[in-house]
Amino acid sequence: MALDLAEVERIARLAHLALATDDLIRYRDQLSAVLEYAQRLQELDTDAIPPTATILPTHTVMRPDCPRPSSDREESLSNAPDTAEGMYRVPTILEVF
Amino acid sequence: MKLYELCLTEAQALLQAGEISSVELTRAVLERISAVEPMVHAFLYCNCEQALVDAQRADVRRSAGGPVSPLLGIPLAIKDIIHVRGIPTTCGSRILEHYVPTFNATVIDRLQAAGAVLLGKTNTDEFAMGSSTENSAFGPTCNPWDLSRVPGGSSGGSAAAVAAYMALGALGSDTGGSVRQPAALCGVVGIKPTYGVVSRYGLVAFASSLDQIGTFGRTVADAALVLQTIAGHDPLDSTSLTDPVPDYVERLKKTDGLNGVRVGLPREYMVGGMQPQVEAVVLEATATLEELGAELVEISLPHTPYALPVYYLIAPAEASANLARYDGMRYGLRITGKDLWDTYHLTRGEGFGPEVIRRIMLGTYALSAGYYDAYYIKAQKARTLIRQDLERAFEKVDVIAAPTTPRTAFRIGEMVNDPLQMYLQDVFTLSTNLAGICGLSVPCGFASVNAADPGASTDLPVGLQLIGPALGEPELLRVAHVYEQATSWHQRSAPL
Repeated sequence: MALDLAEVERIARLAHLALATDDLIRYRDQLSAVLEYAQRLQELDTDAIPPTATILPTHTVMRPDCPRPSSDREESLSNAPDTAEGMYRVPTILEVF
Repeated sequence: MKLYELCLTEAQALLQAGEISSVELTRAVLERISAVEPMVHAFLYCNCEQALVDAQRADVRRSAGGPVSPLLGIPLAIKDIIHVRGIPTTCGSRILEHYVPTFNATVIDRLQAAGAVLLGKTNTDEFAMGSSTENSAFGPTCNPWDLSRVPGGSSGGSAAAVAAYMALGALGSDTGGSVRQPAALCGVVGIKPTYGVVSRYGLVAFASSLDQIGTFGRTVADAALVLQTIAGHDPLDSTSLTDPVPDYVERLKKTDGLNGVRVGLPREYMVGGMQPQVEAVVLEATATLEELGAELVEISLPHTPYALPVYYLIAPAEASANLARYDGMRYGLRITGKDLWDTYHLTRGEGFGPEVIRRIMLGTYALSAGYYDAYYIKAQKARTLIRQDLERAFEKVDVIAAPTTPRTAFRIGEMVNDPLQMYLQDVFTLSTNLAGICGLSVPCGFASVNAADPGASTDLPVGLQLIGPALGEPELLRVAHVYEQATSWHQRSAPL
């Protein structure tokens, strides 16, 4: 399964990764090799096999709804790249017309 | 004998008898770290001052009398992907270089409640993705047995720290072999428990259906003692099992040899591509199991050749979802671009290293429209077949014995440009994670590289992998312990 450069660019865009052209070429070759290797899965007849979503017995886990202290605001913000007035400051997401 | 050379169980006995103090022990280990860490580079952060404070507290607690945890006053190292409140968690990544968690992982709460002394955070491949620690953004760790070689990975820092006497035990995480493989390459014991035995709360997520925190020690009993302390249900991790935790250590004392134990030898694990000396050493180890009373049973795990492609579709798919959180908004690196999208792309493109980018892209592709059924669902179905192979095998045998790795530690730089070759190092360990069962690696001998030139030969450790069914830890650990006590491989020291 060989990927072309346009496909690798599409994946990088989907994954929100800015990559230089040299890197895209390198990833194209490396990812193609791994996908080529993964092709061997197609030998398997899995029509009647259910997928494994989890290895655990699936059931909804419940717990009592008890109030407890939440994280401290200052502490929570201590790792933020940018803050203002006790809040995260983030880039504009909507253009104002 | 120097204090830092004590194994955990020996140190515990001396502490309890009042013959040594935790401060003395911790100081000896910290001095050892000062002496050899510049060569090994196992740590990303050393918690020296706080470790001595904790050691002092442990001594006070012990002198107050009453029952105490076996880990009271024992110096341990923690893989830098598990949160310890107030000291950095980098995950070996630039994107988290300055991140300081504001909460403890549940395993850390439990170690601290037991009075363990936390020495620091150990090196890891970035976000635990790798088999050599070369993917750490902060430089590789060196193998204490030969500093020009990798310690394995991703928990290479923890394995090397224990092998180099810089910690009496350690925590790692194992998603596809990341505890067992470095344990094998560094000549120590590494346990990957059954999925759900140990809480993942505060373990930074890589592939959530496969990740499990595991333990390192210089002996099976040591690694079991650490596991004993961290295992058990946690309301903060809904995938942690509610089953009571058995007394692993007590069970080790029931040594009726290996009489009546059926050990499965999967024929698919001994074919092709293995270093001949590793194969010979592992075969000798299985012969020892037989001499100890075990019955060897040849078994077949026919879907073994598919474990690697299954893993390298499922783990990256889960990783691409888990690592979507690193967007530069609430924590971690932010590189401001011309707009929001540009900021996301620059932050992630700069913040992640090549292996993490490869896996995010692979996962994104496997989950993307048009490829989801062919790759992701196909892999999840093949995962079922791999699980079924193992379930059937455990109807016939109690444990499975196999090599942990196809070869001994390789040279730093040898495989960095060939990701597929690097992935093949995990070929024997992946199935355990895919099936959610338990496994461990125990030292089983040495392979001499450069045997043609005895003057330049280096002995490198080889690991025997033992695999047990879900919640099969008590018997798995006992078999490993009986083997270990009948051999002397674990007593050899790395030449540092």
